[in-house]
Amino acid sequence: MRGLLFISPAIVGFVIFTIFPIISSLYYSFTDYNVLQSPAWVGVSNYVALFKDSLFSLSLRNTLFMVVFGLPIHLVFDLLMALLLNTKIRGLSAYRTVFYLPSITPIVATAVLWLWLFNAQYGLLNTVVSGLGFRTIGWLTDPKMTKPSLIFMGMWYGGNTILIYLASLQDVPSELLEAAELDGAGSVSRILNVVLPMISPVIFYTLVINLIGYFQYFTEAWVMTASRSGSAGGPANSLMFYAMYLYQNAFQFFRMGYASAQAWILFVIVLAATAVLFRSSGWVYYRSAK
Amino acid sequence: MAVESSLSRLRGLRSSRSRRTKQAKAFAYVVCTIIGIMYIFPFYWMVITALKTDVQIFKWPPDLIPLTPVWSNFIEATRYIPFWRYMGNTVVICTLAVIGTVISCVLTAYGFSRVNWRGRDVVFAVYLSTIMLPGQVTMIPLYIVFRNLGWVGTIKPLVVPTFFGSAFYVFLLRQFMMTIPVELTDAALIDGANEAQTLWSVILPLLKPAISTVALFTFLGNYRDFLGPLIYLTEQKQWTISLGLQMFKNMYGAQWQLMMAASALTMLPTVVLFFFTQRTFIEGITMTGIKS
Repeated sequence: MRGLLFISPAIVGFVIFTIFPIISSLYYSFTDYNVLQSPAWVGVSNYVALFKDSLFSLSLRNTLFMVVFGLPIHLVFDLLMALLLNTKIRGLSAYRTVFYLPSITPIVATAVLWLWLFNAQYGLLNTVVSGLGFRTIGWLTDPKMTKPSLIFMGMWYGGNTILIYLASLQDVPSELLEAAELDGAGSVSRILNVVLPMISPVIFYTLVINLIGYFQYFTEAWVMTASRSGSAGGPANSLMFYAMYLYQNAFQFFRMGYASAQAWILFVIVLAATAVLFRSSGWVYYRSAK
Repeated sequence: MAVESSLSRLRGLRSSRSRRTKQAKAFAYVVCTIIGIMYIFPFYWMVITALKTDVQIFKWPPDLIPLTPVWSNFIEATRYIPFWRYMGNTVVICTLAVIGTVISCVLTAYGFSRVNWRGRDVVFAVYLSTIMLPGQVTMIPLYIVFRNLGWVGTIKPLVVPTFFGSAFYVFLLRQFMMTIPVELTDAALIDGANEAQTLWSVILPLLKPAISTVALFTFLGNYRDFLGPLIYLTEQKQWTISLGLQMFKNMYGAQWQLMMAASALTMLPTVVLFFFTQRTFIEGITMTGIKS
């Protein structure tokens, strides 16, 4: 009883802000609802329409591109950086600050900054590219380049994950590493056979959290492609991501039922992807509880 | 004999190890410095662009050091949009969110860690699993609820929910509370203090580092938030700085020197905050990583 008293705000919040919205969102997904009139039951027709909606499937493909390519590239890069920072180099706190700064600055501000860096004619990146004697790149103008450009930009936001990895690397018992070395393990073998298994729970955690995050990829692409009129998506809609199209349907076209169906499909995809990760998590090594 | 040979093997290992560590260190040093410069350079490019005239920014090759810095760009940028008003709005939302989150999450974490009740850990597991729920699933019904309450166009949808707990911060605070010895709170309870007094006078002082982490992350999270304000702050006079900056971009997108000045001014508070609270930041991230 006393315990329930303390958690009552959370329970009330959980019911009002989580449970109730999940259920009513499922209900709305079977209705036609424009906010002004009350929702009208339409069965599965929103779902049927979505499967025929070419912009919907494009937004899903664009998002999967980021999940399949962006996610592993970023996590591998972050892990390599953490391994390098873990070699007890001098000035570690200065490096930590440098790598962390981009992930605390407001996303809108950094997205505007990258818009300028990616600028086709006068941006920093094309200045470097043409300075080196290469043809300039249509970072955000060539539909084939736009998503790789955002993945490139994403490497700049790695600070959070790098610091999480670094903290877990510093937690690997040095006796284990010394024992492995005495047994003749080289540094690569020590990383593969001792370090990675020891930090695998943390790798798994970042994998799950970032996977869910990538399915909701929104702000960077929205800020970089939205125009004054409210349209967004970049050249040939190559940067129209799932959450962007959902936002447009809900809050620009007020097709709440349609957008709710999108939300539920996303929910199912994320649940399935997470379940697959947990199913295949045999590689994660949990130290037995002390 | 066996001991001696393994001792000499150990010695040989030590010397070859120190040589190899030196090489590894030098390699790490070089790579980290190069990538570090690449991380910092966008910020530098932003600042020098903000200090140029609209003619200088299109010069080729670009000047890496602005010879005649145009400081007035910063003043002009704050006049194109009501910059200080947006900053004020943002700080109000962030402050209220910090108050709400800290109060509700401390109470909830206490109920989930110090008080024993049946089914506690199951309820906690269910509660914690909401961290993985994509925000899109609850976004539309919540909007409709807030709309029916007449809250769209106010900061209430961004602030009121923070007073009802946030699973991730409850988790952090709970983990921290579990490390406080039960004897401490038991002693206070035996001395006749009630649950609330114990929380206030025994737990809270010990919880300070965790609370500052939660406060800091909440402040920053709300300062950086874009989607929430985009949905709910329909009146321009209520906009946060992120919304204002996005609108600035849509209206004056070609004036890069002003946009970079506005972006730099928007980033400045977070950078200053980081430099003053670095330790809390690093500890907070370490907590999220290791306790996961």
